[in-house]
Amino acid sequence: MSDDRLSPLVLAADESNDRRQGTPRRGSGFLTEPFRLGTTPSSTVGPYLAIGLTWADGPDVVAEGTPGAIWLRGRVFDGNGDLVPDGMIETWQADPDGRFAHPDDPRGAVATPGFRGVGRSHTVDGGAYAVRTLKPGRVPDGEGGLQAPHVDVSVFARGLLDRLVTRIYFADEAAANAEDAVLRSLPDDASRATLIAQLSADGYVLDIHLQGCTAKGMDETVFFAV
Amino acid sequence: MLPRYLREPADRRTPVAYAGYKSTGLRAPLRTPVDLPHRLTEVTGPVLGEDMVTAADADLTLRLGGEAQGQRIIVHGRVLDSDGRPVPHALVEIWQANAAGRYRHVVDNWPAPLDPHFDGLGRVVTDDLGRYEFTTIKPGAYPWGNHHNAWRPAHIHFSLFGQAFTQRLVTQMYFPDDSLFGQDPIFNSMPTTARHRAVSRFDLERSQPDWALAFQWDIVLRGQDQTPFETDDDGDVA
Repeated sequence: MSDDRLSPLVLAADESNDRRQGTPRRGSGFLTEPFRLGTTPSSTVGPYLAIGLTWADGPDVVAEGTPGAIWLRGRVFDGNGDLVPDGMIETWQADPDGRFAHPDDPRGAVATPGFRGVGRSHTVDGGAYAVRTLKPGRVPDGEGGLQAPHVDVSVFARGLLDRLVTRIYFADEAAANAEDAVLRSLPDDASRATLIAQLSADGYVLDIHLQGCTAKGMDETVFFAV
Repeated sequence: MLPRYLREPADRRTPVAYAGYKSTGLRAPLRTPVDLPHRLTEVTGPVLGEDMVTAADADLTLRLGGEAQGQRIIVHGRVLDSDGRPVPHALVEIWQANAAGRYRHVVDNWPAPLDPHFDGLGRVVTDDLGRYEFTTIKPGAYPWGNHHNAWRPAHIHFSLFGQAFTQRLVTQMYFPDDSLFGQDPIFNSMPTTARHRAVSRFDLERSQPDWALAFQWDIVLRGQDQTPFETDDDGDVA
């Protein structure tokens, strides 16, 4: 991995080089930026992800029978408006008190017994996903306010060379959604609407559109860079 | 204090779409992604550990009551972040084709034999120093329909959670000096400066005499931004 290191002794050639063009320059001997290893590049999960990424309890952010459990459901579509039957989504969220099942939550451990925080659902059955969970509470926004309840979502599929990241918000949180910094940063209501799950018989439903499809009146979901 | 994770510049990441890889055409989003600030949801992430794996999950050569066909290999390395810190107790999930290049999956039906003693699934949790190790067989190359006479170089799929949502990584590990790299759009979609990080190294020292060849591959997840980050009395992230 030595070629990844930023050597303080040798700098890349540049136009100011007064010797032969292309000759590396002599550095100061001091690092000018923090030492870092280059990260491993991502790749697609390919079509056979179910071999390695199937969990028997994947959709269970909480176990069956947990009081207050809801289903988050939806379908994943491509740019033709066709269902994506070989993808996978993962969800990560706070519990109803807005706490995470993670040691870095500074407010203390998650208070809801059996709450795992993570869900995983393949879209094998006709492109649909489903996770059983509890509706998250509000989470600090880092600027003294609170974010609206939300779920972070990663989308994986053949044809995606990196995961896609999006969020699920909730339609019955209009007041919280209206003051949410992330939703407010989006250009218009049509963009926001791609992230807001609607009430359904057993929870909430939100479809994910990897690309928009004008012919079928489908807007591309807003995706995030993290 | 909350950790803060670096943002990787786009030119150092694999682009989500790549013209040579046809399936990206209708699946990769057309719009530019919106920058998501790293708040609590992003700097935390699934903590998945020992209860997800059994000791047998680290050896893919002994499955379904017998021994897998093929070249037995040891694949090992460390999971680090870009600051060089080990990532301990992290779930590593792998899957791969068998020695003939065939996956045990309903949609893989090219005429290469299935191996009754190979299912292609492995799981381990990294140790205190971020180390992982699998025993498996070297996967074969296989054809696919992307373009005329398209072949995937031998590879093993890896999936890692790290310690935060920002660190999630799914990728593929390759073997050194594979002649199929040049024609493979999935390999070539990676930035030229980063490709070598997806290729394992032959490791004679760890190869076991009269038993197995070894390949070493370190995986580097995104590291932390060391700029101080304040938390006020309410526990809100400032």
